[in-house]
Amino acid sequence: VENVRLLDRLSSRKAALGTLYLTATHVIFVENGSETRKETWVLHSQISSIEKQATTASGCPLLIRCKNFQVIQLVIPQERDCHDVYISLIRLARPVKYEELYCFSFNPKLDKEEREQGWKLVDLNEEYNRMGIPNNYWQISNVNRDYGVCDSYPTELYVPKSATAHIIVGSSKFRSRRRFPALSYYCKDNNASICRSSQPLSGFSARCLEDEQMLQAIRKANPGSDFLYVVDTRPKLNAMANRAAGKGYENEDNYSNIKFQFIGIENIHVMRNSLQKMLEVCELKSPSMSDFLWGLENSGWLKHIKAIMDAGIFIAKAVAEEGVSVLVHCSDGWDRTAQVCSVASLILDPYYRTMKGFMVLIEKDWVSFGHKFNHRYGNLDGDPKEISPVIDQFIECVWQLMEQFPCAFEFNERFLIHIQHHVYSCQFGNFLCNSQKERRELKIQERTYSLWDHLWKNRADYLNPLYRSDHSQTQGTLRPQMAPCNFLYKFWSGMYNRFEKGLHPRQSVTDYLMAVKEETQQLEEELEVLGERLVNLQKLQLNDNKVKSTQQDRSKQLGLSSSNNSLANTPQEYSNDLKSFPSRSPSQGDEEDSALILTQDNLKSSDPDLSANSDQESGVEDLSCRSPSGGGCLPSEDSGKDSDEAVFPAV
Amino acid sequence: RFVGSLGTVIIKCKDLRIIQLDIPGMEECLNIASSIEALSTLDSVTLMYPFFYRPMFEIIEDGWRSFLPDQEFELLSSVTDEWRLSCINKEFSVCPSYPPVVIVPKSIDDEALRKVAMFRHGSRFPVLSYYHKKNGMVMMRSSQPLTGTNGRRCKEDEKLINATLRPGKRGYIIDTRSLNVAQQARAKGGGFEQEAHYPQWRRIHKCIERFNILQESLIKLVEACNDQSHNMDRWLSKLEASNWLTHIKEILTAACLAAQCIDREGASVLVHGTEGTDSTLQVTSLAQIILDPRCRTIRGFESLVVREWLQAGHPFQQRCAQSAYSNSKQKWEAPVFLLFLDCVWQILRQFPCSFEFNEQFLIMLFEHAYASQFGTFLGNNENERFKLKLPQKTMSLWSWVNTSEELSKFQNPLFEANSLVIWPSVAPQSLQLWEGVFLRWNRPSKFLDEAHEEMISIIKYNKELQAKVNALRRQLAEMETDDRMQENL
Repeated sequence: VENVRLLDRLSSRKAALGTLYLTATHVIFVENGSETRKETWVLHSQISSIEKQATTASGCPLLIRCKNFQVIQLVIPQERDCHDVYISLIRLARPVKYEELYCFSFNPKLDKEEREQGWKLVDLNEEYNRMGIPNNYWQISNVNRDYGVCDSYPTELYVPKSATAHIIVGSSKFRSRRRFPALSYYCKDNNASICRSSQPLSGFSARCLEDEQMLQAIRKANPGSDFLYVVDTRPKLNAMANRAAGKGYENEDNYSNIKFQFIGIENIHVMRNSLQKMLEVCELKSPSMSDFLWGLENSGWLKHIKAIMDAGIFIAKAVAEEGVSVLVHCSDGWDRTAQVCSVASLILDPYYRTMKGFMVLIEKDWVSFGHKFNHRYGNLDGDPKEISPVIDQFIECVWQLMEQFPCAFEFNERFLIHIQHHVYSCQFGNFLCNSQKERRELKIQERTYSLWDHLWKNRADYLNPLYRSDHSQTQGTLRPQMAPCNFLYKFWSGMYNRFEKGLHPRQSVTDYLMAVKEETQQLEEELEVLGERLVNLQKLQLNDNKVKSTQQDRSKQLGLSSSNNSLANTPQEYSNDLKSFPSRSPSQGDEEDSALILTQDNLKSSDPDLSANSDQESGVEDLSCRSPSGGGCLPSEDSGKDSDEAVFPAV
Repeated sequence: RFVGSLGTVIIKCKDLRIIQLDIPGMEECLNIASSIEALSTLDSVTLMYPFFYRPMFEIIEDGWRSFLPDQEFELLSSVTDEWRLSCINKEFSVCPSYPPVVIVPKSIDDEALRKVAMFRHGSRFPVLSYYHKKNGMVMMRSSQPLTGTNGRRCKEDEKLINATLRPGKRGYIIDTRSLNVAQQARAKGGGFEQEAHYPQWRRIHKCIERFNILQESLIKLVEACNDQSHNMDRWLSKLEASNWLTHIKEILTAACLAAQCIDREGASVLVHGTEGTDSTLQVTSLAQIILDPRCRTIRGFESLVVREWLQAGHPFQQRCAQSAYSNSKQKWEAPVFLLFLDCVWQILRQFPCSFEFNEQFLIMLFEHAYASQFGTFLGNNENERFKLKLPQKTMSLWSWVNTSEELSKFQNPLFEANSLVIWPSVAPQSLQLWEGVFLRWNRPSKFLDEAHEEMISIIKYNKELQAKVNALRRQLAEMETDDRMQENL
């Protein structure tokens, strides 16, 4: 469709005219301007809603909201075209079969072997070995081989040695969807562990001997402690209501030596509505400070984030400080339980704060334990009531921790944002389906590529420059502040206003420090080369008089090798001033000046979505299309001063 | 400022810290409390600490003489000759809150200035605040014109501000009050420039709050920050109810607007509110930080504070008397300067590599504005400072700050000179609570400090390597030329 206008959300004056294309996988908007030809790419799987608004004199407006929080406003001149686009998009954004998803057609030009290697990057058996199991207390159980006991659990699970198959199967019959207690994290320093399950089918009075034995076995696997925490992450009221349906929570009288604890995290429906409310606030056009703060509070979002953090901190403290094992569950044990177990693991174990470890953590607590990615993130058309930002909340908790502990994480904010993006993008197979069983049936590993491999290959872009493996913050358990801590949780504009580049700090400390570190590394290399040359030259000069005949040859050689080096390292320019380092110049979204353009290129290439997809055409194109520095950036927009225009008409 | 009960003295400080002392013995406790009370509420300025303070550092540079108007004018006259230095206020006879010398258009003589002074509130006639080298546009500041209800006019005033316009160009008057407030001011003899008499000027009203509204906002904010409850909702609504960030947004927006008029519209600007000693200075000084890279250096910022706040007659002694914990309602108290520093911090946060100074520098200025061993922020204007003989009797803050040892604490390791205009975002998502001031005593900053140290060491190591590489390269180059010379021989 031609002559479509892409509106800028911040200023109505700046609309881009261009052509809209729909492909099998993307919506593409190409601007008419011949030199720039800026393109905006949106994956169909990212589309969360499409809204056709009332036709105006200038055309028919179409509002596309994306799951990665991008909002696109188009105006299509002809009502009929708009309707066609609308109908097609509705169909394209809601595929009914897995085979329609992008990952089945996405081909990053890797051969079979590379693809297989990619899937091997994260290996959970290796991870359990790293934790120190199997050992005297814990063993692998094959009771769920062929998914015979629980179809949403993985085949390989770790359970206490004393838990026989009989106990496990018996316990599974007493738990929602047969999700019996299994090991999530083991702390080898003090034998304390985190186990997870679903709620017991206790109703008002039912008991199950095997389930009681199972909990006993978990407690005994930690000989240093004489009790076990059972953490129900639901609000007490919800858990009590479940009893009427024959579900519920553990009765302290029936289980010996447990301490039972509620932690009120709300359910997926409350969270979905909360996010919805917060996004409405983010979408407001030039809101006042009060609108924003009031809306943020009203959404309750940060309150929910705090509840998840509190739960994670509680468990981490129980394990690290008290040395007590914890069993965590919610209702089905695949949403809140996943959030809380992974937050606790992250606080406890510095390994999960590395890039590789974080991938392992998501693979372990989310992917393998049957978090319902397909339902929660609406990859296939399904029940909208199943959709909820569960992993988004976990990712935000990580960011909140990063804000408090700037040196503790090996990765940076961008890493989190890109993982969130790909949870929804369906470009890689990792997050497809609802369980391991479904993924195996679909042969995901043979037919798609792994995100972890993709991120790992681009890891230079995701490094936190402040991370040092020997820094005190990277050692042992993190100790987040407990009280008073409300102000520690902040709105994450980098995520929820991700595409409103104008709102973000114009100079990135992370990028700046990364560039400095890169330069430092090059300097180190050059220092070595120069040092060698110096030694050689000194030797030469010593020998000079004696072996005059050979001298010429050798100096030639030296000259040659040094020029090679200069090609490899480009050391000639950056020593005196840093101008040869584009990324060094902390430019800003302001004027068309050289520093600025360089930075944009820099950002572009550092965005893996873009760099990896420049030829595969699958990117998000967020940076170039929305960046405020893109060409005609006026201060009026930068300063978000739409409100001024009323009193400040064009001169 | 303190509450004493049963052997406990709680001292609430101006830098927002709260100290609790448990003292055995009722009587001793009461004595201590009353002594502190008496010593912290001295009536006479001359009994204050700056008059007794003896510096323990070597004075290399007298801060009282670091930023003189003459130097500023010298800089200006190197780029334009349309302005002159007027000594009309030599004995503070024309305007008590102005410095002895001011910069005015060359074409306006002192006689005319005297007439203009009569027409402006507190005699604060329009003077030059900033000259934008890029396009020759200027920013002036003044107080409100005394038009009153019958629309008085002053030909000299019109002539003075028109003198700053290029032929055929228009200018903008930014009134920091809402139109409503400005209209009400007429009843009290004040007012605003009427279109009929100033046809070349377009007036824009921006509402920036003042006095007790700001002070209450500060008190509420600090209360919210000290709230120990675990309730997220209460925190956000209290933060909202304090309106502090709303004020920040308003001030920044007005400053951006002024900067936009100058840089983008290529127009000259006159800024004033009522008295021209508070919101006016916030706007003119922030606009300069946006426009002028020099103001983002340590020395340049110091010079800005001296010019636009101290010499321009911001009444520090009245505004920064008791800070947030005062029980008694101080009529003139208002955190105007703190709001300015907060706005600078917001810009610094958005452009972390464009400022030579760091957050600590701003916090230090906040502390010294409220309580200091130096005389710099004493008094309400140059006139009072002159009468108190502060330059003779007290030390200047700048003498201390500009020693190399102190400077190193205030330097931003990420600084890279940026010659561009920097446009901050004023969207609510972009503005944050200044934790370094308001949560300073309530949150552990260890991990953040560690991050800062890490940053410094990364950059330091890089600089060391650069120096080494350069030295080696030079050595090699020398040896190679030696070599070649030998060869040639």
